[in-house]
Amino acid sequence: MAAFDEMLPEVSGLRRPYSAYDRWLKEQDPARLTEKMQDAERVFRKTGITFAVYGEQEASERLIPFDIVPRIISGNEWRRLTQGIEQRVQALNAFLDDIYHRQEILRAGRVPSELIARNEAFLPEMIGVRPPAGVYTHIIGVDIVRISEDEFYVLEDNARTPSGVSYMLENRETMMQLFPELFQKIKVRPVENYPQLLRQSLAAVRPQSTKGAPTIAVLTPGSFNSAYFEHAFLADQMGVQLVEGQDLRVVDGHVAMRTTEGYKQIDVLYRRVDDSYLDPLTFRPDSALGVPGIMDVYRAGNITIANAPGTGIADDKAIYSYMPEIIEFYTGRKAILGNIPTWRCSEPDSLKYVLEHIDELVIKEVHGSGGYGMLVGPAATKKECETFAKKLAAKPSNYIAQPTLALSTCPILTEKGLAPRHVDLRPYVLVSDRIQIVPGGLTRVALKEGSLVVNSSQGGGTKDTWVLDD
Amino acid sequence: MLLGRTANGLYWMNRYIERAENMARLVDAGLRMALTRTQSASEEWNSVLLSAGSDVTFSQKYSDYTAANVADFLLRDTSNPSSTMSSIETARNNARMVRTALTRETWESINEAWMALKRMLARPIDERDLPSVLDAIKRETALIRGSFYGTMLRNEIFDFSQLGTYVERADNTARILDVKYYVLLPSISWVGSTLDNYQWESILRSVSAHRSYRWVYDADYKPTNIADYLILNVRMPRSLTFCYRFLSEHLKFLGDDYGERHACHATAEKTQTMLRAGSIKDIFDTGLHEFLAKFIRDNTKLGDEIAQDYRFN
Repeated sequence: MAAFDEMLPEVSGLRRPYSAYDRWLKEQDPARLTEKMQDAERVFRKTGITFAVYGEQEASERLIPFDIVPRIISGNEWRRLTQGIEQRVQALNAFLDDIYHRQEILRAGRVPSELIARNEAFLPEMIGVRPPAGVYTHIIGVDIVRISEDEFYVLEDNARTPSGVSYMLENRETMMQLFPELFQKIKVRPVENYPQLLRQSLAAVRPQSTKGAPTIAVLTPGSFNSAYFEHAFLADQMGVQLVEGQDLRVVDGHVAMRTTEGYKQIDVLYRRVDDSYLDPLTFRPDSALGVPGIMDVYRAGNITIANAPGTGIADDKAIYSYMPEIIEFYTGRKAILGNIPTWRCSEPDSLKYVLEHIDELVIKEVHGSGGYGMLVGPAATKKECETFAKKLAAKPSNYIAQPTLALSTCPILTEKGLAPRHVDLRPYVLVSDRIQIVPGGLTRVALKEGSLVVNSSQGGGTKDTWVLDD
Repeated sequence: MLLGRTANGLYWMNRYIERAENMARLVDAGLRMALTRTQSASEEWNSVLLSAGSDVTFSQKYSDYTAANVADFLLRDTSNPSSTMSSIETARNNARMVRTALTRETWESINEAWMALKRMLARPIDERDLPSVLDAIKRETALIRGSFYGTMLRNEIFDFSQLGTYVERADNTARILDVKYYVLLPSISWVGSTLDNYQWESILRSVSAHRSYRWVYDADYKPTNIADYLILNVRMPRSLTFCYRFLSEHLKFLGDDYGERHACHATAEKTQTMLRAGSIKDIFDTGLHEFLAKFIRDNTKLGDEIAQDYRFN
């Protein structure tokens, strides 16, 4: 299965967005490029940009590999993508508001009720609660794949706490340090203002009762969390406090942080802690990562939690398959960005098909993330397929299946020169009184030849993503 | 405004950076003694361990007080929480936690020191390499200090960091003196023997002051001068008086910034006043050991009060 290469498609030769870069690349001494590649690794290691991978003891401070060939998107392609993303994000927020209030979409029979009621990501505690400014998902990462010149699909919506944006920023920073001359030659739209936009966006959705400038804080599970670097990075770049649960408590009906001068009120909390750990009084009682009583403060409208609790119901993989219906229901139009065809294994006909074609499909856990617990049929051995089929048959509703798509490729620099590798794209979307999409995103690349799994926890790397100002 | 937890992280980060370096200095002084006097080397290593506050944990693990054992225990043993490696690891963990409060240069210097020392201390140190390892430790901590002083804003973040540095340093200097106080006591013969001379130099060496001593006092080592230098000299960067001058100053900045004075202010000022008014004769008259023991207690109390007054936990 020959995949579409974004730089050098076999049929049409060099694609336009890459023409200026290709000219520059041909003038470079290969030895110098190899040197730059090592420079990049040194820069990352020195600044401590590491990503802890669960289950790998030795690698508790592993770097995500970075490739120095940029992924380039033309202005036109980007405009199309942003229209589709905006529409999708509007629909996601409308869906969440509906699900936690009148549930029109269930009454209309477009989404089965049992999919919501039995779903762990659905929080009954959020029923009837309207978040400040009516925004549920303040920060979304939409995973997009491409399979040809014109075909883009949404692979997944990340509506809980999408990570990786710090890599988007650091990748750009690193590229600008390594190749300043490239940015003189080629007009690339900037992504550097993301932290400012995030801060403005969070400030815009502060509780109504906030007097003066809101106090914003980033809530992290702590310095041993795999994404701690990102939490610290974002707090630093926004100029706000990085807090842990142990710093916070409810004081006089507000959430407050313990400072060297006593307790200070927080108005907007950008939390990077999962729903179930957020409030031991409401959710998991054993959680030490959250704030006892924060949900009462939230329901009283005295704090903004971004993203709102309970948004996971919108990015659940079982709900994903209904996104075309959801988008049409709330926006009145067909989805601009398509879904990947998805079999819901909970449906007997689909299950039958999936079991028969297991070696051709990608099968995912409905609630899984990070590339764990999934099967890539064509890459799996017969035995792996059989073992997985047993798991699937035992609990069909726990799985969805999708065709193995020929994800587009983009070249990476290897010891033997350029070589195509599969990529995806995660643009970051900010929602407040408006929707903003930073021109760029995180391109994840499967470094192993032929591999389709781009997750950093499974050996994937990243690239700088350029949106051309053309 | 600073999170209490951040203030705590800054304070301990700096205590541990200071400690990582102090361990190297103590081993350096011990090594010197062992090289110049082969007779009772194990006694010397024992006092090095006492100064480091690690004698009990050491004896649980070793029975021989040899250079190799002590150097290994104080520099690279991660089961010893005060070893250079443990200290730099703890310092880095704290730095990671308070990263948003540090300049990029400061964070990078700590991270690089951690990487360099981890590499260097991964395997047992060959005796021939010990001097270069000790130099490298001092160089790495000097780089941290350099980027810290060179790039950090002089605000509350700086103040809490400095409090950690000087509480640790005062404790370290006082302990070194206390372990060897008996060699500084006036004896019948006022002219020091060769042995005394080595002992005195060793004390100065463990606070890196064996050269600067001669710039301030006579070329000859005299116990009262050594004690005066390490306790009362206001210009000597590791003396108790020097440490308390800066502790009081940074506490005053915090008090002024926040508009509030706490128990720690009173404690620091009391010690500072005592040091300012005191003469080395008074100290010897009341008893050097008694003086140092009380100082160490008060210094520990100051650390506890700072933690409580500024809501570290």
